[in-house]
Amino acid sequence: MKKSVFLGTVAAAGLAAVGASAQTLSDVQERGTLNCGVTTGVPGFAEPDADGVWQGFDVAVCRAVAAAVLGDPTAVTFVPTTGKTRFTALASGEIDVLARNTTWTFSRDTDLKFDFTGINYYDGQGFMVPASLGVSSATELDGATICIQTGTTTELNLADYFRVNNMSYEPVPIETGSESVQQYLAGACDVYTTDRSALAAQRAGFANPDDHVILPETISKEPLGPLVRHGDSEWFDIVKWTLNALIAAEEYGVTSENVEEMASAPTDNPEINRLLGTEGELGSMMGLENSWAKNAIAAVGNYGEVFDENIGDDTAIGLARGLNAQYTEGGLLYAPPFR
Amino acid sequence: MTTMSDPPRADGFRVSKLINDTRYRSYTFQFIALVLLILGFGWLINNAINNPVLREAGIDFTFLQAPAGYDINQQPISYDSQDTHLRATIIGAINTLIVAFLACVTATILGVIAGVLRLSNNWIIKKLMAVYVELFRNIPVLIWIIIIFTVAANTFPPISEFRIPRDGSDPERGLLFGMFAATNQGVFIPRLDFAEQGWIIAAVALASVAGVFCWRAFARKELYEKGRELPVFWPSLLILILPVVIVNFALGSPVGIENPEMGRFRFEGGFLLRPSLISLWFALSVYTGAFIAENVRAGILAVSKGQTEAAAALGLRPGRIMSLVVLPQALRVIIPPLISQYLNITKNTSLAIAVGYMDLTGTLGGITLNQTGRALECILLLMLFYLTFSLAISAIMNIYNRSVALKER
Repeated sequence: MKKSVFLGTVAAAGLAAVGASAQTLSDVQERGTLNCGVTTGVPGFAEPDADGVWQGFDVAVCRAVAAAVLGDPTAVTFVPTTGKTRFTALASGEIDVLARNTTWTFSRDTDLKFDFTGINYYDGQGFMVPASLGVSSATELDGATICIQTGTTTELNLADYFRVNNMSYEPVPIETGSESVQQYLAGACDVYTTDRSALAAQRAGFANPDDHVILPETISKEPLGPLVRHGDSEWFDIVKWTLNALIAAEEYGVTSENVEEMASAPTDNPEINRLLGTEGELGSMMGLENSWAKNAIAAVGNYGEVFDENIGDDTAIGLARGLNAQYTEGGLLYAPPFR
Repeated sequence: MTTMSDPPRADGFRVSKLINDTRYRSYTFQFIALVLLILGFGWLINNAINNPVLREAGIDFTFLQAPAGYDINQQPISYDSQDTHLRATIIGAINTLIVAFLACVTATILGVIAGVLRLSNNWIIKKLMAVYVELFRNIPVLIWIIIIFTVAANTFPPISEFRIPRDGSDPERGLLFGMFAATNQGVFIPRLDFAEQGWIIAAVALASVAGVFCWRAFARKELYEKGRELPVFWPSLLILILPVVIVNFALGSPVGIENPEMGRFRFEGGFLLRPSLISLWFALSVYTGAFIAENVRAGILAVSKGQTEAAAALGLRPGRIMSLVVLPQALRVIIPPLISQYLNITKNTSLAIAVGYMDLTGTLGGITLNQTGRALECILLLMLFYLTFSLAISAIMNIYNRSVALKER
């Protein structure tokens, strides 16, 4: 690991040409593919399927951006990153956008010089324990051994939570989520903690999911979203508005099925017309074609479709929309107007 | 020889001589290499200076004073998540030294035993040791660390079997002798519990160690001067244990033994050897032990056979021949490569993160780096720490090497 961090630093030094100046868009267009940083594998969020094609909720963001910028959702090079290597990969220019359940925090936004382009999943940190442990609340975990994925905000939240509640614990830091799960299943730790969405995703993959319970406490706010390098506002706008386009599409009822039809002629909803490029010049304001949002929606579907297909109720992961519903449905998703 | 075969010529210097004349050729190539090296470093440094991220953030070590915010499981000195990154770094450094020291000691013991036994006349033992050496030497140490960690997590009894069931009945397993428990969350062992007068016991223990050395010196003097052989092992053991026990008893047991006791989730009290430490320690020991075994074998084979035969002719037993005649001479060959093995162990401890052992790479080069984003500063500090450790170990071992080296007068 030392080596990869070191290489990352060298890469950070070596790829100085990429960076502050506003040229990520032209770089991506010249290259013809989007370099997108994802996890090393979290079911439902980013994982290669049986054919080796990356699938998932975060992957959909990458594909949508590729469709918007290049017109081709398959023109994405996926770069698996760990909790530790992800920021170096983005800062060095190895990847153009990081879509890897990364929590939007103050210091990452300011001190680490990144820009979060929005929130694609409102999450919170939770705990999973074996049902046989007989624990029904996180406040009963005093003295427990806890597996954590090292290099994440969960590590800090956990320390804060136990300190504030005057409890002790034995941390078992582990490099990747899948290794943590193996250790947890082997009983090397009593508790596994990470974002609730990931807990649900991992639990769905267990042989006996019912033997494990996710405790009711949510100990942190974990707004997850894609992020880009600080200092390239054009590229930042493109990623931000692609995500907004997916959210707005759900609000206005544009789906991957009806998007072609809606984009073929102006509808009677001007917001949809501007979104899909049949009215106004929104695309060219960002240096893209006017069909950018149409391409993105046609490629992956609207936010609701992406959610349902990868992590929704009907999948093995089975997450409810909760906070991630449209504001009209009592959730927090709210895309600013396309005007 | 070729350098000598060129007769010096009377004619003056020509540019083509820089390539064709062996007297100048080496300078030419060295100069080219030097220029390339300078250019290479210059390019890297120039990139670092022009790096947009670095230019905005600058190089700044003040983050070391900020609260770390994360917890560390193995704490040789007290620490909580509100302490600074600097303290977390120091804990990581101490943890690195702990596992490096433990692994050096056990690797040396293993290596010497395996190296000597590999030269044994017993065919089975000889071949067993050859298998050990070849098996461990030829598989990367990271693989061994992970194998041992995984095996430990899956073969040791789960700690749940030691827990008191909720209906209050007896747990499936109990402590061995009421003191030890090997579980998949670590090995729990008793701990010495120092009360107020504990320092007296510690002083007595130190005095006993000094006493052992005195006894050994006395025994040697008796042997050399009067030819009387005194036992060394049993009296030493007695000197070491008896005074401590008597004084402890007389003072009303200020130093007690604290046994692990089952709490809600795991044993509390006592001392915990974590699976990460055990697997790292064990893996580094057996891996490097295989290399040391080869060094030892080479060292022994380097001692002329006549030495062994001469010693045997004087009537020395095989064990004595090894310890009095062969090993002291073999040490001169063994020590220099042994130094590099110790350095290897120290550097290989940086693989600790694979099993979540919180060494220097895990704290400073891992969590601190990741939470503060100060990659360049952390890596520079990391290099400084490892360089210091390695040079210190080299220095100490070189002093020892000089003491066993052949004295040339």
